[in-house]
Amino acid sequence: MIDFRQELDFDAEGPILVMEDLCKSYQLGATELRVLREINLAIARGEYVAIMGPSGSGKSTLLNMIGCLDRPSSGDYRLGGQSVSALDDDDLSMIRGARIGFVFQSFNLIAQLNVVENIEIPMYYQGYSEHESAERACELATMVGLGDRLKHRPSELSGGQQQRVAIARALANDPLIILADEPTGNLDSSSGAEILTILDRLRDEGKTLIVVTHDEHIATRTERVIRLFDGRIDKEEFNTR
Amino acid sequence: MFFFRLKRTIKLGAKSLWMHRLRSTLTALGIIFGVSSVIAMLAIGEGASRDAQEKIAQLGSRNIIIRTIKPPEDQAAGGQQQTLMEYGLTYDDAERFQNGIPDVQVIVPNRRISQQALYRTRRVSLEVVGTVPWYPEISPTRVRFGRFLSTTDMHYKQGVCVLDERVVKELFAFDDPIGQDVKIGGDYYRVVGIATEQSKTPASTELETKDATGAKKAAGANVGAMYVPLTTVKERFGEMSLQVSSGGAGTMERVELQEIIVQVQDVDMVMGTRQSVQTLLSRFHKKNDYEIVVPLELMRQAKDFQRIFTIVLGSIAAISLLVGGIGIMNIMMATVSERTREIGIRRALGAKKRDIVIQFLSETLILTLSGGLLGMGLGALIPFFVTHFGQMRTVITGSSLILAFGISGAVGIAFGLYPAYRAANMDPIESLRHE
Repeated sequence: MIDFRQELDFDAEGPILVMEDLCKSYQLGATELRVLREINLAIARGEYVAIMGPSGSGKSTLLNMIGCLDRPSSGDYRLGGQSVSALDDDDLSMIRGARIGFVFQSFNLIAQLNVVENIEIPMYYQGYSEHESAERACELATMVGLGDRLKHRPSELSGGQQQRVAIARALANDPLIILADEPTGNLDSSSGAEILTILDRLRDEGKTLIVVTHDEHIATRTERVIRLFDGRIDKEEFNTR
Repeated sequence: MFFFRLKRTIKLGAKSLWMHRLRSTLTALGIIFGVSSVIAMLAIGEGASRDAQEKIAQLGSRNIIIRTIKPPEDQAAGGQQQTLMEYGLTYDDAERFQNGIPDVQVIVPNRRISQQALYRTRRVSLEVVGTVPWYPEISPTRVRFGRFLSTTDMHYKQGVCVLDERVVKELFAFDDPIGQDVKIGGDYYRVVGIATEQSKTPASTELETKDATGAKKAAGANVGAMYVPLTTVKERFGEMSLQVSSGGAGTMERVELQEIIVQVQDVDMVMGTRQSVQTLLSRFHKKNDYEIVVPLELMRQAKDFQRIFTIVLGSIAAISLLVGGIGIMNIMMATVSERTREIGIRRALGAKKRDIVIQFLSETLILTLSGGLLGMGLGALIPFFVTHFGQMRTVITGSSLILAFGISGAVGIAFGLYPAYRAANMDPIESLRHE
């Protein structure tokens, strides 16, 4: 068992996420479907990266890979100086809980829990005390502008508000990277803009952000755009700001 | 740490169940009825068994009761009606037991005759028991007031009697019965004592006759017993009686003793002595005019019966709990697939498989254990109504409550484990995509 609440012991200047010759293939009957081919990628601390690409380009698989929801077929993936490829299911759960903050397109809040309880979920699995986690959840909810809706259920919130809860939840464990999958995909333009503003603010605070998106408009706000095509990194662009 | 985790898990589970109140209640009903039926059945079974055991214990576990029964007609007369029938136990038999069987400690020969007793204007039917002064030694009969019969009474064939409490209640409204004379036929008997039966349960004659078998059936209509010295009975009532058969022709019967009760020193000697009694009697009785009742044997039979009863009830209860458990499993499977998305979210946010198992298992356990508690309440109520309206004795034992509660917990684990495992082993990526 690895204690993920411990301080990380790796070169703070070096990349936070490294992928080397990472491949992923699925066995579909007799044919082998190669979804990701030889991905080489390094993301530094505090970077704001967009991953783009057409449907079927392996975007989602790469996202699952970065989010430790899936293991590579070959190659190496190191997150925070630690190799993920060989970890078992329990350790992967721990890594997800401690090092990764997920923001999903469809918010993915739990319907029967209120705002605070939703934000508390990652802390619950990391073994925070009830008092500690409730306090932090309230702080985070206030930070994303929902201080007056702490006891509301997701169904009582607008889409934009729900996504803000999700961002607060993603921040709960102070993760290494925040992984956002089409964060504005289900939102109207004004709520979407709000969310992007919050992401910008997080970047300014030094968080590492990875956004998967179709939206070129979002991509322009990032520092680096990684374009996938047919399971390979097709192009990398750097935006100067 | 573990405790706080547990508390939060329970809170979370209760919350999810509360979201679907109706569904949870309906699901728990299976367990509620299962558990309450277990408790109610065990309570009724236990009550009936204790009733029987006590009734038998009253007959005495060290006693062997030998009763006179009327031999079958064809065997006695070969089809022809006899004017005088002689059968049954005799004083000689009692003497033979006394002299011939070493383990015998006490012998009580009894005559039992149904009679009408009269006091002033009141009349009751009772059973005149001609007995000996040491009768209380082998029976639960105890003297409440006055004294029991004495050897002097025996010797001088005195016209005295000891009355059963129940007879006293019927016969004497306000008077103190001791010293009064009760009239039977043409004779008066002075009341010297009042006896009571040491019994914890209110006497129900219905059950009593069933337990005491055959010969006592006639006592059904009698209010109670009136104890009179055996010698007095022999002298005053004689040994003849006229039985009017259905054909109209009367038959004279001669019976010396209705029963002989033999007590041995130790419970271990009962079966051996029974054998000796059987051997002795078969040598002197050509007709099949006696029966031997061994309360110890009855007690064992009652215990055997109780065991079978418990097995039958247990199987029925087990089936009902099984059905309840399947219902719960069914609902939990539906819940798991309904909450696939939630499981995916939790897994993505750091829940291990174990966490998911614990979450769903604890939900099932909350359901079954609260069902178990409600079932215990209901199960305790049912025997109460059965006792109240059905006039049946019921006993709720602590062990049956613990058993029922334990079973509901076991059902929760047994039927909750599989759905919880299904939930835990879902692929997080697939579950997150689930609509």
